[in-house]
Amino acid sequence: MAPIVVGVAVVAVFGLYFVTAYNRIVGMRNQVANAWNQIDVQLKRRHDLIPNLVETVKGAMSHERETLEAVIAARGRAVAAAPAGASSGPPSADVVRQTAAAEGALSGALGRLLAVVEAYPQLKALENVSSLQEEITSTENKITFARQLYNDQATAYNTTQQEFPANMVAGSAGAVPAELWAIADAAEREAPKVDLALGAR
Amino acid sequence: MSADAPDLFEQQEINRKHSRWLIAFFVWFFGWLGFGGDFLLREATRGGRFGGYHYFFPWLTVVMLFVGTAVALYALHTGARKVLWATRAWPLLEPHDAAEKQLLDVVEEMAIAAGIQRPQVYLVEDDDPNAFAAGRDESDARIVLTRGVLRVCTRDELQAVVAHEMGHIKNLDIRLMTLLTALVGAVALMSDGVTQIVFGFGLRGDDSEKQGEDIFIRGLLLILFPVWILTWLLGPLVTRLITLAVSRDRELLADAMSAQFTRNPTALATALDKIEACEAPTTSIRASVAHLCICDPLGRAVNARRGFWADLAATHPPMEERIAALKGMAYQGSEPAAAGAPAGPG
Repeated sequence: MAPIVVGVAVVAVFGLYFVTAYNRIVGMRNQVANAWNQIDVQLKRRHDLIPNLVETVKGAMSHERETLEAVIAARGRAVAAAPAGASSGPPSADVVRQTAAAEGALSGALGRLLAVVEAYPQLKALENVSSLQEEITSTENKITFARQLYNDQATAYNTTQQEFPANMVAGSAGAVPAELWAIADAAEREAPKVDLALGAR
Repeated sequence: MSADAPDLFEQQEINRKHSRWLIAFFVWFFGWLGFGGDFLLREATRGGRFGGYHYFFPWLTVVMLFVGTAVALYALHTGARKVLWATRAWPLLEPHDAAEKQLLDVVEEMAIAAGIQRPQVYLVEDDDPNAFAAGRDESDARIVLTRGVLRVCTRDELQAVVAHEMGHIKNLDIRLMTLLTALVGAVALMSDGVTQIVFGFGLRGDDSEKQGEDIFIRGLLLILFPVWILTWLLGPLVTRLITLAVSRDRELLADAMSAQFTRNPTALATALDKIEACEAPTTSIRASVAHLCICDPLGRAVNARRGFWADLAATHPPMEERIAALKGMAYQGSEPAAAGAPAGPG
């Protein structure tokens, strides 16, 4: 009798652990997917803002044609690389790498444009330019923070599914390590830090 | 994050637990106040002086337990609104100028970094920089800043201050602190009322003394009554002490979370420096809300010290300690931050 009771208890403990670990992994996977969709929302916002900015500064910056065209081209590639629609699971490694590369190039081009705008006092003085600058700074920050949140949650998700003993549950939960958004583009790394604090202090 | 870094989920659990204890304590406190009244009534109606009526069932205790529960629930659900009302904060829905637009942007950015809903933003028209957060949980959170913060802080510093408040929201400090503030307010109000009743009661005391016959009861009343009244009068003081006891070190944790969200501890260090440098007390933020703020709005000297008594009486850790801790994080963080993906649950 006693061995049966012990056996049942052991099975129950394992079963309980399995359920908890499984549910935790599923919860974390959804968090990662949600964080990725957050990035997506902000990236779309940036794609929508750029034509506006280019249109506004174009007139005053006729001899900065190259910088402007680089931004437009980079935006075109980023829009093309953007995945269509919200994903229900974590993005595949390819999607993350392609998006990161295209958006990184766009960040670099945009950073150079903003740095150039800084050099045109008459442009900075325009009210819609300064409000656009704030808009873009904010969007860039939102992308950075959304990416940070995604990387944090993907790291936690990856750690959980690789750790013992949760790694034995990870397979049946269909968990695959999520790809981190690495900053690959040299131009983005070098992107000048634009501090658009309102008014010089 | 380093090994001794505070754990978010641990802190949330502590705050949930303390909130429950606080409500339980508050309800029993009301019950005790009612019980004292019951006891007095029971003794007073003994010996059939009122046509054989003998007060027996502790009605007041029951009623006061219900009242206490009602007040606690009311405080939990409307506490944030009461706090905002007390500081004359107004909701910032549509930005009127560039600074307000920037504030709304920064709050949205930090909500993304913290992975929570965007809290409502409130402004207080006070030129002294300060900030606090209130609410029940993430979905009911409000961030309040004075106009002074917008004036003295750069964008990065504003971000750090807002991230600090996001830290309070995320680890549920706001629930405990808002509840405390509302309950302290309720007890203070009650105590005011009782003080007035006691004064009125004292004037009529001579007549009832002449009518009193039972020496024992009078003796008992004489002992019990002051103790009971003392409870009523000391209520605010006791609740105030609780406030102080729970608040000091959560500022350090919120600072650490700010650094985690912005990856820029230096910005918070300089922001705190600037806020501290504005010596004028924040006049529109009263003492009852002081423990919610990022910096002590009253500019009390006790906050600058450590030690048993200072820890007991101060609402904020010494500013030097906070800034030193942040600079330490900036020094440590320079390496892992570059690697891009610090661990820890977002």
